[in-house]
This record gives sequence, structure tokens and C-alpha cells, in this order.
Amino acid sequence: MRSKGMLRKGRVVATLLIATFTMGACGMMMHHLAHGRVPVPAESEFGLNARPTMNGLYSVAVVSAAPLVKGRLQTVRLEIADQQGAPVSGAAITVDGGMPQHGHGLPTKPRARAASDAGQYVVDGVKFNMGGWWELKFAVSTAAGSDSVTFNIRL
Amino acid sequence: MRLAYRLTMGTVLYAAIVAAVGSAVPGSWSAEEQQQVASLRLATLESLPPDPSNRVSGDARAVSLGHKLFFDKRLSLDGTVSCATCHDPAREFQDGTPLAKGAGTTNRRTMPIASTAYSQWQFWDGRKDSQWAQALGPLESPVEHGGTRTQYAHVIATHYRVEYEQLFGELPDLREAPASAGPVSDARLRSAWSRLAPRAQDEVTQVYVNVGKSIAAYERLLTYGPSRFDVFADSLALTGRAPAGILSKDEMAGLRLFIGKAECVNCHNGPLFTDQHFHNTGVPAVAGLPDDRGRAQGAKDVRGDEFNCLSRWSDAKPEQCSELEFMVDEGAELERAFKTPSLRNVRERAPYMHAGQYADLETVLDHYNRAPVAPAGTSELRRLRLSARERRQLVAFLGALSAPLATSAHLLEAPR
Repeated sequence: MRSKGMLRKGRVVATLLIATFTMGACGMMMHHLAHGRVPVPAESEFGLNARPTMNGLYSVAVVSAAPLVKGRLQTVRLEIADQQGAPVSGAAITVDGGMPQHGHGLPTKPRARAASDAGQYVVDGVKFNMGGWWELKFAVSTAAGSDSVTFNIRL
Repeated sequence: MRLAYRLTMGTVLYAAIVAAVGSAVPGSWSAEEQQQVASLRLATLESLPPDPSNRVSGDARAVSLGHKLFFDKRLSLDGTVSCATCHDPAREFQDGTPLAKGAGTTNRRTMPIASTAYSQWQFWDGRKDSQWAQALGPLESPVEHGGTRTQYAHVIATHYRVEYEQLFGELPDLREAPASAGPVSDARLRSAWSRLAPRAQDEVTQVYVNVGKSIAAYERLLTYGPSRFDVFADSLALTGRAPAGILSKDEMAGLRLFIGKAECVNCHNGPLFTDQHFHNTGVPAVAGLPDDRGRAQGAKDVRGDEFNCLSRWSDAKPEQCSELEFMVDEGAELERAFKTPSLRNVRERAPYMHAGQYADLETVLDHYNRAPVAPAGTSELRRLRLSARERRQLVAFLGALSAPLATSAHLLEAPR
């Protein structure tokens, strides 16, 4: 009798422990989700090399004369081509980005302008204030359509 | 000469210490950790960036004038407040009290001055974009210096005429200028200012601006010096091994947490331990104080500031005002976001946060560990689950960031 009673008691304690642990784990997950703890993309997804835009309308490459760094305003160039590889001129470009894991955007509002060469654009005012995984997003719009591309950068 | 000698001797001595400890016990710091620690070394700080908005920045005569003005109580409503009243050089150029007390009481904590020449934005909300524009804010604030720009122009004409004119040319004729008038909150003083002809207003404002630029030339030279952490980190960078006898076990554990689990280095990064940006970290509001929107208001204020980089009082060309040009001035994440302060010498300047909400570093660490919900906007923090021991180790590490300023001693006291 006594041992049965202890067993029952033990079960209750174990159940309570598991419940507490599960609730705690859920709480942790909720907390992480609330702060956008999205997984870091695969290593192959990082870099500034030419990438197709989301719907395949354009190919965009980011060219930086020096490695991108934290803490200062930088200028980069964009090279934009169409599906046939021909340079795309006259595109309207907006710049966005941020740190998905920290839930904040870029610390500045970079602006893109056309450079003198066909398919080339200059983006001024690029800045990163933290180390880690950053997204740099460009929305490209021409008569042929609007599309966007995201570059993953690690600082 | 004397300063150059002191600096040279200091460097030699410092290099000797780093070399002496370099060949000590092996440490087990991963390559990534070593890289993180190295990125915090004061030795990696670039030399003082130029301030194109202030043409007397770097002029020794302006430093001398600014030094005197910084300590001059005549630059206040009733002769009782100088910059040094709240920015006390004996206390890290701050006042050790939650809310600053000048002619009245402000709604925020006094910020330290050292190495703010590296900051693109001044004040907790970044409402000023240069050291000289910052200096002009408190001078006309009714709860700080409480005076006006015509009053200050008269002080310059009476007590600093020769020094001023050597730097900035002839002072304007101030006979028509009232003893005290300016675009301040006091209706009577504002009304007296509005009766002054626009040209006379401009002449007075020019003198006022030059007061700010001289004070900034002085403040620019207040910079942080190397701490025990830097001796440790320089040696680690040089040898790839953690030197013995520089940081205690707890301090080293705290450093590891700082760049790792505690994620402090996310915002407190680089050799000044600040990203020079603004973050909502859910710091509680203070009962009795008006709502404080932080950067959400500060960004608007600096855009409209009469003394910003693009103003006619700035010596910068418009293309030299890129920070203002590319500034983020709207969006939810500016709400109740405040400047990341440097952590150098942080142990020496309790209380903490933008309104001195926390009395000691232990309470600050407890805040970051709990990550409370922000009173407005959204906190960027998430719970850290640090043990009491880990929090103690972090506090211990922060103490290793203390060091005397790398500034000539005569600039750290009132001028003789």
C-alpha cells in the first residue's frame, strides 16, 4: 500500500515536472518567436554576387570597392541585368533591409541613383551598426515589371 | 611639448606592459572569440574624425577659449551654473544623479562627454548632430543654464573680447542688444528677442554659435584611455593567448559572456563599446516625468534644428552632412529608442539609463536578464537566462573598462 502510494505520488510529481518543463519550453519558444528568431540562411545564400530577383525578372549584383564594415556610411554599386543578360537602365530602385533576428531595420535610409554606365547604379548611405546577419533588399522597378532581391551579409 | 612627452612615455610604458604579459599562461579563447575581443580594443579606434561643421575644431586657441567657457558660471541665468556643474570632470564629466540639476531639474540623465567627438548624434535621443550644436542646447534651456544668447554675447564682449576676436574676427556692436533676450520659452525674453532687427539677431546668434564651437573644440580632446581590458585584449591579439594576471577569473568569464551568451556586444560594439545608435530596450518610464519618445522625437528635432549640419551656422558643405541626409526619421522602432552609451568607465558613473532609473550595474544586468516589456514601442531585448553568478561576472568585467582619460591633466580641471 505504502509503495503504491509513493508510486502514485511520484507519478504526480513527474507529471507536474513534465508539464512545467513543457510550459517553460513553450514560453521560451513564444519568446523567441515574438522576437523574430528566424533561422540563419544556408552559407550558400550569403554574398554579394549576382542573384536572380524573386520572380526571376532581373539579375542583381552588389559591388563594393572595399569589404563592407560596421559603423560608417558606405557606398556600393548595383549591376542590374534582364533575363537575357542585357543591362537594365532607368530602373527605379528602393533599398530596405535589417537584422531579421533582432527585428530591426537598417540604421540609415540608403538611396540608389543611376550611374553613367548602362545597368549600373550607385547606392549611397549604406550603414550597419551591429555585427551578425544582415539583409540588404532592393526593389527594382521598370516598364518590364517590379521585382525584388535580398542579399545576406555577415559582419 | 609636455603633453607630447607624457603621451610618448605613456605609450612606451603601455607597450612594455603588453609585451611583458604577452608570454604568460595559455588561454582557451576560440578564433571567433579572439576576433570579437580584438574588435573592442581601444587601439583599433580610428583617430579623431574631423568635424567639418566646426572650422575652429582643432585650433589650440579655440581649445583654450572653450576650456574657459566650459567652466564659466557667468554663462547662466544667475551665475551659478557652468557646463562643469553637471559635467563634473572629477566624476567622468557627469553628476552622479538620476536627473540633471541646473537652474531647474531636467527630464534626463546627464551624459558623459569623453569621446563624443566620435558620435554622429548627441544626447540620449540624438537631437543634435555635432558637439557644438549640443553645447548650445543646455545654455538656453530654462532648467539648465537658463540664460539667453544676448546675455552670453555680452559675457564674451566683456570678458573674452581679445581671445574671441583673434579666432572669429571683430565682435558685433552689442549696444542695441538687450541684457537678456533669445528664442527661449520665457515669453518676456522671447518678446525682447523678437523686437531685435533680424540682422542684429544674426550677429548675436553668430557669437552664440562661436561659443558652442569653442566649447566643442575643448570637448573634442576629452577621450577615453586604455583600460585593463585593453592590456588584456592587446596581449591576446598579439600572442593568441590570454595573459595571466591582468583580468581576474570572474572578469574573463564576464568578458566571454559579454561577447557571447549575454549578447551585450550586439549594441555595445567597437572600441568605444557603442554602436552610436538608438534602441528600445524596455527601460521603464519614470513616474511623474512626461512621456519620453526618445529617438522618435529626437530625429524630428535634429532635422529641424537651427544649428544642424545643413544649417547656415554650420561650416560644412551640404555633401558633408551625409549622416543627416540618410538619417532614419520615422518608423515604429524609433519609439522610445535611446542612444547606446559607451561602456568605457561605466562603473564610475552610476546611476544608469536615460533617466537614471537604475542605481547600480547589478540592477542594470537584472534588467537585461529579465527583458521587461517596454512601456511604449517594442523592446529589442529577449530574456537571457543568466545566473546570478554570470551577472556578477559581467559586472566584474565592466569594472575592467575603467581608466583615466587620455587627456592632458590641465584640461581636466578648471583653467587657472
